[in-house]
Amino acid sequence: MTELLQNSILEICYLIASVTFILGLKMLSSPDKARKGNLMAAYGMGLAILATILFKEELSSDKMLNYGLILGGLVVGTVIGMRMALKVKMTAMPQMVSFFNGMGGACAAVISIVEFDHISHTGSFEMGMLIVIILGLIIGAVSFAGSIIAYGKLEGKIGDRAFPGGQIINIALLIAILGLGVYMAMMDAPTPMYLYIVLGLSLLYGILFVMPIGGADMPVVISLLNSFTGVAAAFGGFLYGNQAMLTGGILVGSAGTILTVLMCTAMNRSLTNVIIGSFGGSAAGGKDGEQGTIKEITATDAAILLAYANKVSVVPGYGLAVAQAQHTVHNLEKLLEDKGVDFNYAVHPVAGRMPGHMNVLLAEADVPYPKLQEMEDANGDMASTDVVLVIGANDVVNPAAENDPSSPIYGMPIIKALDAKNVIVMKRSMGKGYAGIENELFFHDKNRMLFGDAKDSLEKLIAEVKNL
Amino acid sequence: MDSVLTLFYENREFIFLIIVSIFLGIEVISNVPAVLHTPLMSGANAIHGVVIIGSIIIMLEAEPDNYFALILGFLAVVLGTLNVVGGFVVTNRMLEMFKKKDKK
Repeated sequence: MTELLQNSILEICYLIASVTFILGLKMLSSPDKARKGNLMAAYGMGLAILATILFKEELSSDKMLNYGLILGGLVVGTVIGMRMALKVKMTAMPQMVSFFNGMGGACAAVISIVEFDHISHTGSFEMGMLIVIILGLIIGAVSFAGSIIAYGKLEGKIGDRAFPGGQIINIALLIAILGLGVYMAMMDAPTPMYLYIVLGLSLLYGILFVMPIGGADMPVVISLLNSFTGVAAAFGGFLYGNQAMLTGGILVGSAGTILTVLMCTAMNRSLTNVIIGSFGGSAAGGKDGEQGTIKEITATDAAILLAYANKVSVVPGYGLAVAQAQHTVHNLEKLLEDKGVDFNYAVHPVAGRMPGHMNVLLAEADVPYPKLQEMEDANGDMASTDVVLVIGANDVVNPAAENDPSSPIYGMPIIKALDAKNVIVMKRSMGKGYAGIENELFFHDKNRMLFGDAKDSLEKLIAEVKNL
Repeated sequence: MDSVLTLFYENREFIFLIIVSIFLGIEVISNVPAVLHTPLMSGANAIHGVVIIGSIIIMLEAEPDNYFALILGFLAVVLGTLNVVGGFVVTNRMLEMFKKKDKK
């Protein structure tokens, strides 16, 4: 095969791969085509990987070890990745995405380390090259460390820890990393020591950056780190003059950033606010303290209320995911539908730990797709709804977002549960939501509390409805 | 100054590609419904796994006796594969459930 032919085939494969990435992302934005889009991007990726192995360099016999290691690495990664991805529960999806994102970041960082080693041996330090290597390293390392912390937090292995003066330390660290990076890029022959210091500081920054951020903000953080890894991949593309890496990385970088902004908008917070201020910390003002009395309801009374309603709407939240109650709520839905109740789900875009988390969760329990109402539609129907059943959600139904300008969540769109005739809130305790603020909904006249684990309570409700 | 300009000029096509890709990325997902946010994030996560190509290039370029590059390159291939395979499989699992719904 001539070199021209070989290179052309390689570039054509990269071109096809880039197109599949674009079309894949586009198709992921529409419910009917999403699955096809994902498969398309996966085939494109497979093609790009295969083409790189086959056509990037002349196959030579003295590099058999290299080829063996590449195949070995692909096999090891595929086996572990498949196992993890197939075994993970639907409720643990967010942290799984974060984990795989971290792997991509680490990959980018390792590439930078090896390339630096490579140019130190050849001695050809070019400023442009160095900048690309250093930036790839910093972003990859921050993304890796941050993603692993986010993973640990969502798994419940790591708690929220805000250090006094943490923001100042973070800013100082960031300045130190960038300063050292610039200094390195200006040097004629930087030693690897500088690179490792930058690596260490970047890892530390990634950890400290995510550490104080509360659970409610984790989706935003994961999305942000996702776009970081995209940018790190793009730097890799720059390094190798590789268009597939460049387009793929930049696409994810920009799409991820927009997605992050969309999520912030849904919570009515700015990105800086998420990164610098930790939610639920001391900054959470708003009305505090006792606001009235709460009224409890027994499962029997709740069952009667539900069974004789015309229209019931469920507002799911993270509590539903924690209790793994998605199948139970679906059973309640079927039972009530048999009794002629119009039953649907009012899904807040940021309910749970990730946007769309509730949709994925309920889909797992075979809840029909048309039953899931988006927030605007749900609020429009609220006045004609007899009972709103809030299961393990808190901040997304907090009226303070509408009527208390001093509240940290003021301005966030909420599901207007109070527009309905009755509200039942199912909760484990009077604990606060992730925003760490009181919810006046709980003290409202229309509201009744049903305490207990979401799954247990739902099972009791089902038993009671059956007894009616 | 000259070196910066040279840097820009030599890479002008890439810079062009980057700018266009940024706008493309924004445009492509601007109409995504909230239900698909998680799968979209997960799908995008799989796509940046394209960084694996870099790790394969490292391995191809490494001299067979350069163990530093070989070991780290192998590690990078494993990490990149995890990102790609895990990312696409997880996304597919999420979307599979949506598909079942549509048929009912």
